[in-house]
Amino acid sequence: MLKLRGGIAAIAFICLSGSGHAADPLAVGRQMLAEDNPGDLWVLRGEKLFYEKRGPKQASLEKCDLGLGPGKVEGAFAQLPRYFADTDKVQDLESRLLTCMIGLQGFKREDVIKTRFSDLDRDSDMEALVSFIGSRSNGLKMNVPLSHQKEKEMFKAGEYLFHRRNGPLDFSCATCHSEDGKRIRLQDLPNMSDPRQMQAVVATAWPAYRGTQSTVRTMQHRLYDCNWQMRLPDLGYVSDMSIALTSYLNYSGNGGVIQLPGVRR
Amino acid sequence: MAEPMKIRATLQGDVADVRILMLHPMETGQRKDAKGEIVPVHFIQSVVVTHNGKTVLDAQWSQAISRNPFLGLRVKGAKAGDKMSVTWTDNKGDKRTDEVAVAAAS
Repeated sequence: MLKLRGGIAAIAFICLSGSGHAADPLAVGRQMLAEDNPGDLWVLRGEKLFYEKRGPKQASLEKCDLGLGPGKVEGAFAQLPRYFADTDKVQDLESRLLTCMIGLQGFKREDVIKTRFSDLDRDSDMEALVSFIGSRSNGLKMNVPLSHQKEKEMFKAGEYLFHRRNGPLDFSCATCHSEDGKRIRLQDLPNMSDPRQMQAVVATAWPAYRGTQSTVRTMQHRLYDCNWQMRLPDLGYVSDMSIALTSYLNYSGNGGVIQLPGVRR
Repeated sequence: MAEPMKIRATLQGDVADVRILMLHPMETGQRKDAKGEIVPVHFIQSVVVTHNGKTVLDAQWSQAISRNPFLGLRVKGAKAGDKMSVTWTDNKGDKRTDEVAVAAAS
């Protein structure tokens, strides 16, 4: 099981000094997490991994084209997912990185996928790389293209999937994410029919450090977990369904100012 | 193994607000891995913070501290440019020291 529910405490706050009290105690905690986001340590590790010669082919990812030219990471996150001619596919950041790790570095697809999400026994390179690349678009606006026919198809499919009710609970993404004030236990759920909230989710949420899991989680993990919460079959990593949903979400979040990695429960 | 820490030290009046993020598994010795075997204890035992070489905090930690710990403290009498150095040592003898200069109030 990849789920790390329970058992792991969030970050220990050892405050040697008193601090002021505010009306919303949760806001204080969120503020503290945002100021000292452990995700920044994943950014450092991701940067090291990106420029390090690794894999059977002993190559770095400096020749990896994330849509803006080989090795260009600044602004790459802001324009993904997009269509790539060499693979003839619409790819999000994670599927594109997977392509590069296989093609340039010679990693085996199964091996990368096996460690796509970290657990307590091993780290995930993908989580670190995504944190690093995400952070290199900070301050920029989401600007996902929708010009290629395949991009349009993916967007359409994602929009359909987002609203399509299915599974044993007869849930769709929209069941939880299209009204204000919804929550699961104490977790506020963003209302994605509101463009402002959609922008915030897309540009500042994932990748995010999750306190309950002591690690950074990516958008692919979020979608995987949402699927699980709806009791649907496991969402395949970088599957067409996950890319379609990411295409729909990210395009709809265009204009959101990126600030990554985020911090979540 | 020892990964770098992220340290922030900012001046507020004559008090430096120091915040430290450490990357460490902090195994309690109670958890079992996927194979059902107990993961041996592995935790930070001591944390020492020095201000221009003078020890201002000497802490002994246990397994009760969470994974990837966060530590915050305030140091009186600090000036901009002062050196804040943090060293942790874990029960396997692994060590990590990182240092920052205190930043002026923004």
